[in-house]
Amino acid sequence: MSESSVQQEYAPGTHPDWDPPVTEVGVIGWLRENLFSNWWNSLLTLLGIYLAYLIFVPLIDWAVVHADWSGDTRDACTSGGACWVFVKVRLGQFLYGFYPADQVWRVNLTGALFALLILWLTLPRIPYKRVAGVLGLVVFPVVAYFLLHGGSFGLSEVETTKWGGLTLTLVLAVVGIVAAFPLGILLALGRRSEMPIVRALSVAYIELWRGVPLITVLFMSSVMLPLFLPEGVNFDKLLRALIGIILFQASYIAEVVRGGLQAIPKGQYEAADALGLNYGKKMILIILPQALKLVIPGIVNTFNELFKDTTLVLIIGLLDLLAIIKAALEDPNWLGYSIEGYVFAGAVFWIFCFGMSRYSQALERKLHTGHKR
Amino acid sequence: MKMKHLMAASALLAASTLPVAHAGATLDAVKAKGFVQCGVSTGLPGFSAANDKGQWTGLDVDVCRAVAAAVFGDASKVKFTPLTAKERFTALQSGEIDMLSRNTTWTLTRDTNLGLNFAGVNYYDGQGFMVHKSLGVKSAKELDGAAICIRAGTTTELNLADYFRSNGMKYQAITYDTSDESVKGFEAGRCDVLTSDQSQLYALRIKLKDPNSAMVLPEVISKEPLGPVVRNGDEDWLKVVRWSLFAMINAEEMGVTSKNVDQVRKTTKDPGKQRLLGLSGIKGQGLKLSDDWSYNIIKQVGNYGEAFERNVGMGSPLKIARGLNALWSKGGIQYAPPIR
Repeated sequence: MSESSVQQEYAPGTHPDWDPPVTEVGVIGWLRENLFSNWWNSLLTLLGIYLAYLIFVPLIDWAVVHADWSGDTRDACTSGGACWVFVKVRLGQFLYGFYPADQVWRVNLTGALFALLILWLTLPRIPYKRVAGVLGLVVFPVVAYFLLHGGSFGLSEVETTKWGGLTLTLVLAVVGIVAAFPLGILLALGRRSEMPIVRALSVAYIELWRGVPLITVLFMSSVMLPLFLPEGVNFDKLLRALIGIILFQASYIAEVVRGGLQAIPKGQYEAADALGLNYGKKMILIILPQALKLVIPGIVNTFNELFKDTTLVLIIGLLDLLAIIKAALEDPNWLGYSIEGYVFAGAVFWIFCFGMSRYSQALERKLHTGHKR
Repeated sequence: MKMKHLMAASALLAASTLPVAHAGATLDAVKAKGFVQCGVSTGLPGFSAANDKGQWTGLDVDVCRAVAAAVFGDASKVKFTPLTAKERFTALQSGEIDMLSRNTTWTLTRDTNLGLNFAGVNYYDGQGFMVHKSLGVKSAKELDGAAICIRAGTTTELNLADYFRSNGMKYQAITYDTSDESVKGFEAGRCDVLTSDQSQLYALRIKLKDPNSAMVLPEVISKEPLGPVVRNGDEDWLKVVRWSLFAMINAEEMGVTSKNVDQVRKTTKDPGKQRLLGLSGIKGQGLKLSDDWSYNIIKQVGNYGEAFERNVGMGSPLKIARGLNALWSKGGIQYAPPIR
């Protein structure tokens, strides 16, 4: 208790026993600091709010408030907003293409199995990742083929010409990704190999396929290839497109992976050699785990692109999600609902691409072992 | 243009390298496999489009169904291959499909250079104009100086240039990549006129917010006879496709429809109708088909008029008038040789 002590002076608002002024904390404080810190920021904020108002109010009005949801024909669309009836009526086609309605459970089962495998592989809590990996890469493709295509085990055959919509998009993307990835890694290793012929072949392959647009590859596979085959020898259009996509994407993956390989310090290679590891062990145990981790963003980027590039198959008459929506827009009973169709397609693509990118971020965090600067 | 050359080159290549099909090979193969593989458009309103149930419908689709009805007595024994404009001829040349019924214009080049045969004309199309009604234009001759929306890289562009040059008029072309975009441009007032094949103009008109604000002008400035196509060198199959179409047209001419065909077949004394329905005359023998081939077409698919009204005419949202596609006896040019 010293009476003589000088009253401690505090700047306004900084006294330790007082609550900070309401204008400095909480929502108001955050607003002041981030949105209205000075006059031009305030002006920009107001401008931004106004722009958002201009965009979102009519958008929500169109997409929700004045939208039509119920009914079966275009006559039900009277409110002047979005006509989601169109999407609703066609949803089966958008998801499954022309897959026979009584067999759709096969697509659903395949999709469910795929989703389970993905969950198993991605959720950190579930153990036995290796089992899941083997199941996913070896067992699942076989099961999926027999489920989707049928023709044995008492399942009726559904030709690939009847596949379509989201099913086809996913088949193209998943098969493309799963097959192109290992091929791409091999090509990347080949390009950095010390064996001249292997290196030359890899370089030639990568540069050839990177030098042509995917649309040309698809066009060749669909239009030119059949001409070189004897009459009557046709192999499945979907298979032709798939092979084209795989060969094409592998070259891109190869370059992404090569970027990762180059980023690994020489010491790692030398250390592996010093340990007496042979080439395969060196790559699988030391180099590739580090290199692939480094290039996760690049790889996911390529996968994302591949997923969206699958829509190019519409030029060869395969009806993927976008193409089947376009085809539905040509039905005389539904002319003029293109915006609804394209919004739906955009939303579906966004969900899948966003999912992939979130997963890749989670993977990066999980594999982050302290090298990040 | 480049694409066209490539197409022609590849087609020539195909024509020269492929073994000439044996006459009758396609018909036998089709009979053996039990269905007709038919190439159609991936989507063209009224001609081939998948409906809500996933079934293909349209005027072009009905030609395929008619052939299936003639061969198998069952119009549903047909599998459709949706094809883009670029790959349609290859699909036919390579044997991927048995016939092509995909709004394909019959031209000299295609008939001679591609190794193909046109089996007939199921729709006489032609390039036309759609204008805003507010413009007050009644004829294409009044379009001097107009801004015209058009799809880039199509023959419509060339026809348009020809037409305006030969009439000594000027225009400003505003090109778009897809027909959807060109409609939006027309709606937004970027141009006064939208030009395309007439059959498509009616579909584009429905896409407008207010279809009644626009009208299709009567002038047709090009000839676009659309018809089914088969491979060269297989006369039997060509004749099956050709006469399937002719049977539909003849049936309309004689007033035989899918509704009254059973009754007509039982009661008719008209020798023409008897021959049409395979009760007398050459029947199915010449085509190597069963005698009721034409009856099956009429019963299951309908006559040409029925197919027209159902798919593109007054019974459809498109509401295209018969125009050139009316029978020759009713002011049009649809004409089929007699069945006798």
